[in-house]
Amino acid sequence: MAKLLMIHPEKCTGCRNCELACAFSHDGGGLRLRTARVHVFSWEREGFSVPMMCQQCADAACISVCPTGAMHRAGPGGRVEWEANKCIRCRMCTLACPFGNAVYDAAGNAILKCDECSGDPECVKACPNQALEWVDDTVATYSRKKAFSQKFKEALQEVR
Amino acid sequence: MFGWTGTILRVNLTSGAATREATDMQRARQYIGARGLGAKYLFDEVDPRIDALSPDNKLIFAPGPLTGSFAPSTGRYNVVTKSPLTGAIAASNSGGSFGPEVKFAGYDMIIIEGRAAHPVYLWIQDDKVEIRDAGALWGKLVPDTTDAIRAATHDDAKVACIGPAGEKLSLLACIMNEMHRAAGRSGVGAVMGSKNLKAVAVQGSGSLQIADPAAFRAAADNARAKILAHPVGGTGLKAYGTDVLVNILNSIGGLPTRNFSDGYFPNANKLGGETLSETLLVRPKGCFSCVINCGRVTQVRNPAFQGEGEGPEYETAWGYGADCGIDDLEAVTKANFLCNEYGLDCISTATTIACAMDLFQAGIITTKDTDGVPLTFGDTQAIVELTRKTALREGFGDKLAQGSYRLAESYGHPEYSMSVKKQEMPAYDPRAVQGIGLHYATSNRGGCHVRGYTIAVEVLGNPFKMDPAVTEGKADLCITFQNLTAALDSSGACLFSTFGLGADEIAECLRTMTGEPYTTEAFMRAGERIWNLERLWNLKIGYTAKDDTLPERLLKSPIKTGPSKGRVNRLGEMLPEYYAHRGWDPKGVPTAEKLTYLSLN
Repeated sequence: MAKLLMIHPEKCTGCRNCELACAFSHDGGGLRLRTARVHVFSWEREGFSVPMMCQQCADAACISVCPTGAMHRAGPGGRVEWEANKCIRCRMCTLACPFGNAVYDAAGNAILKCDECSGDPECVKACPNQALEWVDDTVATYSRKKAFSQKFKEALQEVR
Repeated sequence: MFGWTGTILRVNLTSGAATREATDMQRARQYIGARGLGAKYLFDEVDPRIDALSPDNKLIFAPGPLTGSFAPSTGRYNVVTKSPLTGAIAASNSGGSFGPEVKFAGYDMIIIEGRAAHPVYLWIQDDKVEIRDAGALWGKLVPDTTDAIRAATHDDAKVACIGPAGEKLSLLACIMNEMHRAAGRSGVGAVMGSKNLKAVAVQGSGSLQIADPAAFRAAADNARAKILAHPVGGTGLKAYGTDVLVNILNSIGGLPTRNFSDGYFPNANKLGGETLSETLLVRPKGCFSCVINCGRVTQVRNPAFQGEGEGPEYETAWGYGADCGIDDLEAVTKANFLCNEYGLDCISTATTIACAMDLFQAGIITTKDTDGVPLTFGDTQAIVELTRKTALREGFGDKLAQGSYRLAESYGHPEYSMSVKKQEMPAYDPRAVQGIGLHYATSNRGGCHVRGYTIAVEVLGNPFKMDPAVTEGKADLCITFQNLTAALDSSGACLFSTFGLGADEIAECLRTMTGEPYTTEAFMRAGERIWNLERLWNLKIGYTAKDDTLPERLLKSPIKTGPSKGRVNRLGEMLPEYYAHRGWDPKGVPTAEKLTYLSLN
């Protein structure tokens, strides 16, 4: 069964451990945070943080616009992958992605996007708050749905 | 270069020159970074006897070698300068993402010198450094300043700034970064204000180099697992924030109440982290690389105290709460929000107000002094109104802005100030907890708990338990904690990482990050070196052994109620042993042998 990365912004505290884990695992021994494929945006006034990363779209604009096939799907239902040696760095994918989740890194001359660490995402392991979850794609919203049902249950129990 | 970036940015606001220089690696190895390296540079470059608010003082923003890395809970920086409150070296420590961003921009330290002719802010983007006009920002609150600077620079810039309190040179002013994180103590915000520097905004795109990436990863993973498995570091602080301590301290009769006139507050639970979590808490928040996430995003809906922001921490809940005789968490939280917005140190502001309440109730000051408003313990309106007035130096607030010592002394009664070396003491009663009293008395920056947190052992039993009521063994306990904390602060780690970690784990992270031979012994010796350097500064400005003491109230007036009833602090039983075990003479001066051992002469 395929898996996908779920984000739970309501659990995110803005600590950026996901960014650190991502940058370190993708950078050969150094730590350049700009190479992280996940980025946490924090709104300090509201005290809210949201981790952003590639959604691995089923109908991916980045794949559609790629003229060389560098951006491609890894098998049926698989993740969106980027192949460096096929890429001509036209950066069309970075323009096409509606979320801004494909990024061109000038320093490394590469397209940065989440590769799910080939099936064992470091960001998920690094998150101390379970704000990132690696789940079966068919039940991706199970935990969120259940958490909400719990609220219903509590509310209904109170009025009973 | 590993861990360190190898570069220091020096900005002279008088001349407008910004220059880069190589970090002195010999000093970096010996003093690590952040608090230690900043203190060493300040010591070497600044005459301790200068006026702290003159252009001769320097203001140093210093992250540590671990700052910016994924070693858990190590994203901190220190503001190092001569304190206008105490005269000592202030090293005020803050989290968030500002420190890491300074590293990513390429700097081990930013040293600010001189004084700008008019209000300015600094905009640093990697190698590009601009001194920009801040005329339109002067007078703005911290969140508004942060927003305005981001709008003018980059919306992801990390901004450290002062609020109106720092502009008006309040000795209680702090420096705030990312709106809610504070380099809180010793009046560092006033030094920034004296330089006409409203803010430092940073954005960095660089990388950190790690000496042994695989070993560092293993060391960091090990440290992370230990913190997460710890009942305080992994569970208690995340669930309830630091405010979880209110009930713990009150249960042993160590929660100072009404300006330390007592050590027990019957309604403490109404101020505690458990209550906070059930009422005002919106969500926890974490600093960069932190796995503890003790920050509290909170909101008060009650129109009387409406607001949103962060806090209260334990210190604030106690200071505006029990110490002012108040049990209303909404009022306390509102006062906390104002401190953050105006840029005031919550501990010193709250306890200076408590001191004023005490002076009023003793009849030493009257409504003639307090702008016609009676001042009594328990007055929730007073803490909110006086906080605002302190920040703006309005009326009686002008006196409060000088801190409790100068306030009480101006009326001829300095004994009402609950301070050491003119800095207000925090939320642990030394009559109930003997060792923390020794730490307050000997702390190099005056009244302060975070440089020798013996509470961990005496109250929380971490990593082992000692009876808080005894004095035996407390000298060594205090020395160990002071040395450990000096080294830990200098590496960039958060004090709370010690809820799970000891010197072994932090030294291991530092060793694998920097490639330098930081054995546990070398790490602790660096801490001892830093402690002694700070001591030498204090001796140069005229502090002597007689300043290593506590307010008379704590030595002579027993706690009146609660579990610690009848106790006083027995400092005299601990201090001679402390000096001896430090390798200092009976007057508290480091011996030549000790200085040689620490390479300090």
